[in-house]
Amino acid sequence: MASATGKPFSVYKLPGFGFIAIVCFVMLYAPIIILVAYSFNSGSSLALWEGFSWKWYYSAWQNEQVQDATVLSLVIALQAALYSTILATMAALGTTRTRRFRGQTAIYTMINQPLMVPEIVTAVALLICFAVIKQATDYQGLAYLVIAHTAFCIPFAYLPIRARLEDMDLTLETAAADLYATPWRSFRQVTLPLLWPGILAGSMLAFVISLDDVVITEFVKSAGQDTLPTFMLGQLRRVITPEMNAIASALLAVSVLLVSLIFLLNRKKS
Amino acid sequence: MTSESQQLSVYEQAAHRKEARRNWLLCTPALVILLFAASGPLLVMLFYSFLEAGNYGGVEYRLSFDGWFNVFFHRDIFDDVVGLADAHASVFWRSLKLSGMTTITCLIIGFPTAYFIATRPRQSRNFWLFLITIPFWTNLLIRTFAIMELIRNNGIVNNLLIDLHIINEPIQMLYTDFAIMIGMTYVYLPLMILPLYASMEKLDFRLIEAAYDLYATRLRVLRKVMIPLIKPGIVAGSILVFIPSLGAYVTPRVLGGGKNLMLGNLIQLQFDQGQNWPLGAALSITLLVIVMVTLLIYVRTVQNSDVRNG
Repeated sequence: MASATGKPFSVYKLPGFGFIAIVCFVMLYAPIIILVAYSFNSGSSLALWEGFSWKWYYSAWQNEQVQDATVLSLVIALQAALYSTILATMAALGTTRTRRFRGQTAIYTMINQPLMVPEIVTAVALLICFAVIKQATDYQGLAYLVIAHTAFCIPFAYLPIRARLEDMDLTLETAAADLYATPWRSFRQVTLPLLWPGILAGSMLAFVISLDDVVITEFVKSAGQDTLPTFMLGQLRRVITPEMNAIASALLAVSVLLVSLIFLLNRKKS
Repeated sequence: MTSESQQLSVYEQAAHRKEARRNWLLCTPALVILLFAASGPLLVMLFYSFLEAGNYGGVEYRLSFDGWFNVFFHRDIFDDVVGLADAHASVFWRSLKLSGMTTITCLIIGFPTAYFIATRPRQSRNFWLFLITIPFWTNLLIRTFAIMELIRNNGIVNNLLIDLHIINEPIQMLYTDFAIMIGMTYVYLPLMILPLYASMEKLDFRLIEAAYDLYATRLRVLRKVMIPLIKPGIVAGSILVFIPSLGAYVTPRVLGGGKNLMLGNLIQLQFDQGQNWPLGAALSITLLVIVMVTLLIYVRTVQNSDVRNG
């Protein structure tokens, strides 16, 4: 069989698989690359290339709606990342390196619930609940969005922190306790520095997830509370100019940067 | 001796209890937020599905089964004739059909790709995996938008086909079921590749070598050796693609153009124009139940295969 084709026979090779794989990688990246490329188009077409220009970035930068949405996106994502990371760190400390305790499975289920329930279902449920609260309290502020984002970011922050904790054994903490360190001090000076890469990865992941969220934000937001993704979703129904590509490319750049950082953080560990 | 060990176990039990209490305390803040903004609202929604619809959205606080009735049946406004809710049935069917097709397409593309990565030298695998994960963590709306630009009537794909004289007029791809399927395949493909890779990485290639030594053809090796061994990855990947496809909202909204509804869009309509909150709540719970049943089947399959493999 091998000599008939002239190529050396390898058990690792299956005909056509390499080709499909390459096509797959091209397919994954081509749409994104084309999207980014046309954000630099000097004409207003999304299919005809008319030369390089920064003008759509400039016009997006000047657009007041875009400015407001950017600020709001950042305010929400920073808060959600901060709160969810603190909560997830505590929960990870409570669920790892311990004997099995009653209710542990229930805790896991609750923490992972946002990953299992379709986003549209959570979004509608939140719409219903918050509508009641909005009516009762007359409060229309940002807290709804921050709380909703914090909740669905918790599992994303929790997973890398827990993974890091599981790789740390308790010997150093035990040693600290033997040397009469208080639990708080041993946490601050032993556990926290060791856990830091996990916490950093978790918070960045939470930030990216919050920054990118469309569905829950769309249903929870009050009037005038557009984040960048919901602003984009609203604009997609109109005539699209490369300004949208510019906004999308900027968001993409943030995600890719943060995800690359997380990847590097995790690689150093192993 | 016995009293001493009993004493010890009393101390141990106390330590256990203390540890459990500490663990619960640490988890409480996260659980409170999740209860308030994730689990609790689902229960409230269940309650709402049994209320009467308000005239302009919202609900009247009176018990009613109309919401659930309307999920499956349709009552004619003029002559009160009850029939099956055809419109809903067609949306359910489209959701199942498109999700199934998306899953199969992802499997056909993802299987060779995962295999390709698993057979790279160990050092470069991480790089290929990284290439798969990057799109996965980038904004779903943006990736959908990228597909939208490509397949528009005056988009790059149509222009290219016209330039190559394959077609004379642009093909209407955007705002069709086909567009939704392409979009979902693109968006959820990494969710298929990653679990497939995870099980292929553990694959013992000596078994494949042995099969070749025994004169098995490539197709036979694939069918009789590889696929059975990789089955957990295939099941996991399929579930991971199928579930978000079923609940997809953004992709069908952007690429289906409001005419080709999937379940997520049908639910949204009840809170927007249709303004029938109990019906929307009942539809959401129906979707949730379908997803949970699928997950349960998956967990069962995994447990069974674990038992079988020792």
